[in-house]
Amino acid sequence: MAPVLFGIMLQQPAEPGDHNNLMPTVAPLDLEGHVVGVAFLKGIPFFAEATGAIHRLDIGHKTTEVHEGLLSLVFDEATDTLLTGGEDGKVMRTAADGTATLVAEAPRKWIAQVAAGPQGSVGYAYGKTTHVRVADGTTKEFAEERTVEGVAFAPKGLRVAAARYNGVSMHWVGTSGQPIDLDWKGAHTGVTFSPDGRFLVTTMQENALHGWKLDAKPGAEARHMRMTGYPAKVKSLSWSAKGKWLASSGAPAAIVWPFQGKDGPMGKAPLELGTRADIMVTSVSCHPAEDIVAIGYQDGMILAARFADSKEVLLRRPGKGAVTAMAWSKDGRQLVFGSAEGDCGIVDIAG
Amino acid sequence: MTETSPQKPIPVTVLTGYLGAGKTTLLNRILSENHGRKYAVIVNEFGEIGIDNDLIVESDEEIYEMNNGCVCCTVRGDLIRVVEGLMRRPGRFDAIIVETTGLADPVPVAQTFFMDDDVRAKTELDAVVALVDAKHLPLRLKDSREAEDQIAFADVVLLNKTDLVSPEELERIEATVRVINPSARIYRTQRSEIDLTKVLDQGAFNLERALENDPHFLDQDDHEHDHTCGPDCGHDHDHHHHDHGHHDHDHGHHHHDHAPSPIHDVTVQSISLRGGEMNPDRFFPWVQKITQTEGPNILRLKGIIAFAGDAERYVVQGVHMIIEGDHQRAWKDGEKRESRLVFIGRDLDREKLERTFKACEAAA
Repeated sequence: MAPVLFGIMLQQPAEPGDHNNLMPTVAPLDLEGHVVGVAFLKGIPFFAEATGAIHRLDIGHKTTEVHEGLLSLVFDEATDTLLTGGEDGKVMRTAADGTATLVAEAPRKWIAQVAAGPQGSVGYAYGKTTHVRVADGTTKEFAEERTVEGVAFAPKGLRVAAARYNGVSMHWVGTSGQPIDLDWKGAHTGVTFSPDGRFLVTTMQENALHGWKLDAKPGAEARHMRMTGYPAKVKSLSWSAKGKWLASSGAPAAIVWPFQGKDGPMGKAPLELGTRADIMVTSVSCHPAEDIVAIGYQDGMILAARFADSKEVLLRRPGKGAVTAMAWSKDGRQLVFGSAEGDCGIVDIAG
Repeated sequence: MTETSPQKPIPVTVLTGYLGAGKTTLLNRILSENHGRKYAVIVNEFGEIGIDNDLIVESDEEIYEMNNGCVCCTVRGDLIRVVEGLMRRPGRFDAIIVETTGLADPVPVAQTFFMDDDVRAKTELDAVVALVDAKHLPLRLKDSREAEDQIAFADVVLLNKTDLVSPEELERIEATVRVINPSARIYRTQRSEIDLTKVLDQGAFNLERALENDPHFLDQDDHEHDHTCGPDCGHDHDHHHHDHGHHDHDHGHHHHDHAPSPIHDVTVQSISLRGGEMNPDRFFPWVQKITQTEGPNILRLKGIIAFAGDAERYVVQGVHMIIEGDHQRAWKDGEKRESRLVFIGRDLDREKLERTFKACEAAA
């Protein structure tokens, strides 16, 4: 008997046309264009289109026009809201009931970076400056020498990291001290902290990730992690439950690096899950509790794969466009996804 | 290659030129004329673009060196991000225009469209258009290398503000531009006034179209170039002899390859090579080696190659170390099967290039 995943019989990787009765059910939602991000807010699935329309399935399909052109999106777990940045220069917060409020505005600037911080603080960037708007309404600015390409908050303390050319700058928001510069040659296009705050990982313009170990003793030599070998740029990263693994796109498989050890993935090989011949993985999203990752592909297919034994289950057959975004419900029983061509949906695992 | 792109690549025009050369005026013309096409425009500063258009995007020029140890492998990081954003909603526009700052090196902009997989999957570089202020070019050439690079790298040069110089000065200026870049199309303009079909949708980097549409490409014996002239232009259209004393057009095949140029303040040289039918087993390793070793000195290269026993013309083009080639079309009846290659760059060894190119001939 095959092992059981979410109460579903695990299959060999299903191919298009391979009909089986054990597919989880997929409730489709057809939108018109590119979907930038998806999320569950208080259990309600949300889909944010590049046009600026944010859709939700809350007893029927409802839509809020939030931006004139939506560029960036993060889910703010602390407040169960969405933070978005737009071509209209606005940073907006959208709540589970669909109401959208203005957080900040920089007329005519493209807000391509947003980040959710502790206590309702919001990070956003345009040009060479990171802005952090804290809960009391004041905004701090952190200037870099080069364009800020990625913003992330550390899991503890009010500390923000800005990815830029040749490295990352980390700033304490509450104090005016010197930033800590983490240097590595090349263009860093995105940044994420491990959930335990021990590691910081960037995506790069070249087909690679770069990591720093942050808990080294003061004065100790910087500990670098080079994660290379991808055939394409890495655009999607997801930490597994408790930050033990980091899943990534950029290859015809989900590349999953081990971070449970003291030195992270140094000297270790990653897992390669959901390998397909030449169909690239475009989006990854780790399950909130289990060591399982949802893998979205360029052709719209979605698989779930388990780290322990690489077993796979088909969650969605190929669709019209590349999978651009995925998110799990808090209980891990539903997966919401969006695509570059607007064919979205919700996978009901328990279905 | 990470996302499917069913739609045709969006053409991208790059506008270069020194401050005051007329880029903004040209942009305003492009945005306001009734040509039925919609443009997304990427600018460094909104500045004086007086036209309200949602699709004007401000972007800081952000040069990335690629981590491959090659100093000339540079791209524009900001363009990668902006193009990605624009292409999520491709129905809004038909083409993209990138305006660069006056001092900008045009190479990273162009290389972005070859070196970044995502940008390359969705867009294609159409042409690099340089605006040149006829009045101030001599001064610009004295004090900066960028002005020269912009001309050397261009597919189309608008010799602008021709009303501010005398006909004799204009002749000299045009001859200088021609020395820097013998294969560009040169148009004389005032207030950036030009038939936009001569600037947009040129396909200059498209291997299928580039050389087809370029009547004088590599044919420097025949110095024919179009210009649009203002009402006061006394220019003699049949006069293709540039009388500037330094420069003799009638000494055989290899005229524009002076190194260094006899024209003061010009450091760019162009080298035209001609040969017979080539042996591909010699030509490809040769051109690879040249672009690897001389890449930093090569601004552009273009060529049509006749391979022995091959019924089709092979076209090549390159920017620094990046080189592309493909079969273009069948040789026509009566068409002379010869190979031609032009390098525009600095510090190139003409004699060595000629000799080693010749050694690639099938008959050699």
